[in-house]
Amino acid sequence: MAREDYEVVIGLEVHCELSTKTKIFCSCSTEFGGEPNTHCCPICMAMPGTLPVLNEKVVEYAVKAGLATNCSIEKNSKNDRKNYFYPDNPKSYQISQYDKPLCYDGYVTIETEEGEKKIRIERIHIEEDAGKLNHDEYGRGSFVDLNRAGVPLIEVVSKPDLRSAKEAESYMRKLKSIFEYIEISDCKMEQGSLRADVNVSVRKKGSKEFGTRTEMKNMNSFRNIVRAIEYETERQIDEIENGNEIMQESLRWDEISGRTFPMRDKEDADDYRYFPEPDLVSIKLSDEYINKIKNELPELPESRRKRYIDDYNLTEKAANFVTSSKYYSNLFEEAVEICKNPKTVGNLIMSDIARILNEREEEPDSLKFTGKELGELVTLIDKGTISSSIAKKVLEELFNEVKMPSKIIEEKGWVQISDENAIKEVVEKVLDANPQSVSDYKAGKDKALGFLVGQAMKETKGKANPQMLNKLFLEELKKGE
Amino acid sequence: MAISKEEVIHIAKLADLNLSEDEIEKYTKDMQEILEFANRINNVDTSEMTETIAANEKSNVFRKDEVVKFENREVLLSNAPSQDEGMFRIPKVLN
Repeated sequence: MAREDYEVVIGLEVHCELSTKTKIFCSCSTEFGGEPNTHCCPICMAMPGTLPVLNEKVVEYAVKAGLATNCSIEKNSKNDRKNYFYPDNPKSYQISQYDKPLCYDGYVTIETEEGEKKIRIERIHIEEDAGKLNHDEYGRGSFVDLNRAGVPLIEVVSKPDLRSAKEAESYMRKLKSIFEYIEISDCKMEQGSLRADVNVSVRKKGSKEFGTRTEMKNMNSFRNIVRAIEYETERQIDEIENGNEIMQESLRWDEISGRTFPMRDKEDADDYRYFPEPDLVSIKLSDEYINKIKNELPELPESRRKRYIDDYNLTEKAANFVTSSKYYSNLFEEAVEICKNPKTVGNLIMSDIARILNEREEEPDSLKFTGKELGELVTLIDKGTISSSIAKKVLEELFNEVKMPSKIIEEKGWVQISDENAIKEVVEKVLDANPQSVSDYKAGKDKALGFLVGQAMKETKGKANPQMLNKLFLEELKKGE
Repeated sequence: MAISKEEVIHIAKLADLNLSEDEIEKYTKDMQEILEFANRINNVDTSEMTETIAANEKSNVFRKDEVVKFENREVLLSNAPSQDEGMFRIPKVLN
């Protein structure tokens, strides 16, 4: 059977660390990166006789996440114990939720080449994160740091609705963006505060049955998620084409070799013997509580996107891009407030700012400058103080050091030259130095003008007012006719 | 409902217990009795009752999200058989 006759079916279990100040069941700090075992107490270290008490913010944040992803909220919820032995799990059970997750039956919408697609969410539940194991290369053992043990997580389980690596990436980006907008997590993938278990299976197109799936755990970058899905899809098709069966197993993605390997999974690893957590009481949520959270939700990307198209005349593409991240969107709104030029602000974000971030391998959340700087920058372009090529240079500077653009151009001497006499001087100099281009132009080669303008820009280090340059060149070239 | 020896061995393995032959015999019998006892509850007619989701009738016992530092790592680690640089040292765990 040909490759095109197969389709891939993907489901994601996304883990997201909540940005509460304290852990889920004790008052220890959730701050990332402290000295080992300093954000710990007898409760999160599982000392005998200690009792957990649920952090009210965890419930609030999980309900927010559910409402922002169109979920129903469970009014009679509870916690359950998931039992397994692992050194990063001090109690030998994880307090999670089993049959009464806080949120269920939701969806998010992603944009695909065939238009919008709804990806259904089966459930969102709350649970505690595990500690961290450190290994050393000298074989002296492993080292357990429990600072992360008890940091609150939500786990968002999708239905197997995703049909390509690209869709999986869009879905994950959408969740990240929503969780950033509603401010329940910093979603820093590089710090592990957003990560996913990826389930992949393949089947004949048109088949109703699912194939056997494999699971890749703890994927923490978009790039690796895409690569791992693509690799695993090909591997499974190859296995089937070669007459082999797919084993249901957990795989480890190795980003260096770009391959998946079976994990030496403990047998019966999925036999967790869940039971209701006897140390905690049930969670009962009233309509008033749920409605209050609903009313306090900030404006979500969907609504902003629509507003940017309707009120600011942004193109669909620009509106999608700007609202893809809270950080872009807030930057946009602040800057437009100042310069009243949504089109230019949108373009600068979509082209230049995104490009620079990409080059620096950074995400929008690392932007240090604000709409104040960007708004002034656009005002300076609109007033003709700087050209758009200088504006790009100012942006690069803003990534290095946050200063007002007016200050940057003053310090760098980048103010646009709009003095007619000064520009005329340059024009004359360029014309004298390039007689060939002058005769080319006169012979009807319009392109020669572009070359001359380019030379003059070079001469003025990009500072010449381009409209004025054009005008003066044309005047001078016509003189000789 | 009968419990088999194999199930007892499986449950012991999940609980990380090494049982002797005699213990397996004993626990198979004990667990059988526990199951029979629990089965009496299974036979109660609950069709008219609302679902109970917790043994404790209380609900909504919450904590405010305010940091309280414990600040005594030494005492937390004091029972560790082995420690290094503020961490529990354990036999090497393979990834």
